[in-house]
Amino acid sequence: MGLLSKKDAKLITDPLADNNPITIQVLGICSALAITAELKASLVMGIAVMFVLGIGNVVISLMRNIIPSKIRIIVQLIVVAALVIIVDQVLKAFAYELSKTLSVFVGLIITNCIIMGRFEAFALANKPWRSFLDGIGNSLGYAVILIIVGFFRELLGSGTLFGIPVLGDPIEKTGVYALGYENNGFMLMPPMALIIVGLIIWVQRSRNKALIED
Amino acid sequence: MGLKSNLHNLKEKYKGTKMAPAFNAIHTFLYLPNETTHGGTHIKAADDLKRTMNIVIMALVPCLIFGIFNAGYQHYAAIDAASGVIREASLFSNFITWDNFVVGAWTVLPLVIVSYGVGLIVEFIFAVIKGHEVEEGYLVTGMLVPLIVPVDIPLWMLSVAVIFGVVIGKEVFGGTGMNILNPALTIRAFLFFAYPTWMSGDKVWVHEAVERAGTADAISGETLLGAYAQNSSLAGIDYMDMFFGFIPGSVGETSKLLIIIGALFLIFTKVGSWRIIISTLIGALTMGLIFNGVVSAEWIGESSKFYGLMNVPFWQHLIIGSILFGAVYMATDPVTASQTNKGKWIYGFLIGFISIMIRVFNPAYPEGVFLAILLMNVFAPTIDHYVIQGNVKRRMKRLKVKTA
Repeated sequence: MGLLSKKDAKLITDPLADNNPITIQVLGICSALAITAELKASLVMGIAVMFVLGIGNVVISLMRNIIPSKIRIIVQLIVVAALVIIVDQVLKAFAYELSKTLSVFVGLIITNCIIMGRFEAFALANKPWRSFLDGIGNSLGYAVILIIVGFFRELLGSGTLFGIPVLGDPIEKTGVYALGYENNGFMLMPPMALIIVGLIIWVQRSRNKALIED
Repeated sequence: MGLKSNLHNLKEKYKGTKMAPAFNAIHTFLYLPNETTHGGTHIKAADDLKRTMNIVIMALVPCLIFGIFNAGYQHYAAIDAASGVIREASLFSNFITWDNFVVGAWTVLPLVIVSYGVGLIVEFIFAVIKGHEVEEGYLVTGMLVPLIVPVDIPLWMLSVAVIFGVVIGKEVFGGTGMNILNPALTIRAFLFFAYPTWMSGDKVWVHEAVERAGTADAISGETLLGAYAQNSSLAGIDYMDMFFGFIPGSVGETSKLLIIIGALFLIFTKVGSWRIIISTLIGALTMGLIFNGVVSAEWIGESSKFYGLMNVPFWQHLIIGSILFGAVYMATDPVTASQTNKGKWIYGFLIGFISIMIRVFNPAYPEGVFLAILLMNVFAPTIDHYVIQGNVKRRMKRLKVKTA
């Protein structure tokens, strides 16, 4: 990577795998369970968090020397809230149906532990450019898991991807449905998302033994 | 050179390789192994895990055989009923017949084969990966699974569910003896949530009722609970039918008589806990009485959608649905139940109590035994914890009084 130094590149690549916010730090589970029944919603949620965390990290980093540490949580909350409101309004204006599906979970980005966690752990102690990369890296790690979970849940639960039928028509019995296949209703329920995340954690830890803690 | 020595030689040949556990499992399942322990004192006990499992399977076999005949009987009874003839069930004239057996065996045996085949493959794979001996845990689960599903469940669904149940319900926790949830019920719960159209409703409980739906040959496939939940009842069925099991339902859970015989066998051999069985039934009766009280106090009227099930006489809850089967074969699973004697009473009572509560209030499906048992599986260690802590506290108190 010519664009980024080795140290900076690690900020992006680390959270994608060995320090993933969902599977390793187990943060942001709530929204990962709630909105991943559809791939589209997962993708949009990932982008929304990327926007909030990327910009939020820069803003906090810029203000890091002037925020009194006693009220820093409140200041962080205000920054997140402002950014989330922008996301919410944009979604309502340009993708109303989608904002219906995501419902309160856009607003709940404010309480997403990943965001406050990165503000506290990284942006308060690092320069804006590195904070920006860290924000993008962590939200990418979050989005990757959301998209993997969303892919399996939508494919096996509804037989579609991004709302497009890929396995045939369940009512007309075409495609694989002609063979007697049926959609798995359990996939559309949040417990299955938890199980898929669990399976990802299982695979990840059996590939990289260093991640197993006692 | 019999099969036994052949297996022994194979075991010697593959010793130390990855496949060794597979041969070992077959060998010890069929025969007493050739090796004996050398030196030192060893505790000899006949009631090892494999023996325990075999006893449960023996207790289940009557239910399976009855289930095979009943699958056929319900099929022909429903065809008769569709043409207006209400059948009187009678054991020898129209129940134990060749026709019933053929239809039943044709639908039930594939369930048994798929359940064991898929489950044991998963067990073997995990044993080879872990380099462990194959665990016996699936022997009972594999027999329970075909008994607690509707007869016409598609076999591929059963396979998916068995893989899920064995991997997520058992292997992720470390295999037999470490699981939190009963694997057989995990499999049923998976089927119930994943493919609700094949696990509930008024079509799935009788062979061919689904295929015939909407045609001129349509037959009913409703269970008694389903009928009660609709505030109606099934024609031509009296209490003796319910007790002997000539009613539609999951494959093996209909005959209360055979389940009671199985229960006595399990209690006599000390494999099943009588405390859990008794307390589950007490819990179910208590909840049934409460609902009867609600009806007789006229807190809810006949227009209520819960009226049908609440109005069922409390003792009748034991002979409809699968509460008895659950109490005897599922709740008593020694791995997932409470371990302390006092804990067993609490655990069983709550299973019965919650079962009937879910049965009445569940809007989608008028049965709650499997959900109640899974719920209490989760709480069993907590119950044990408090029973033990209570015991410790009482003894500490006694100690203080003595020393003071």
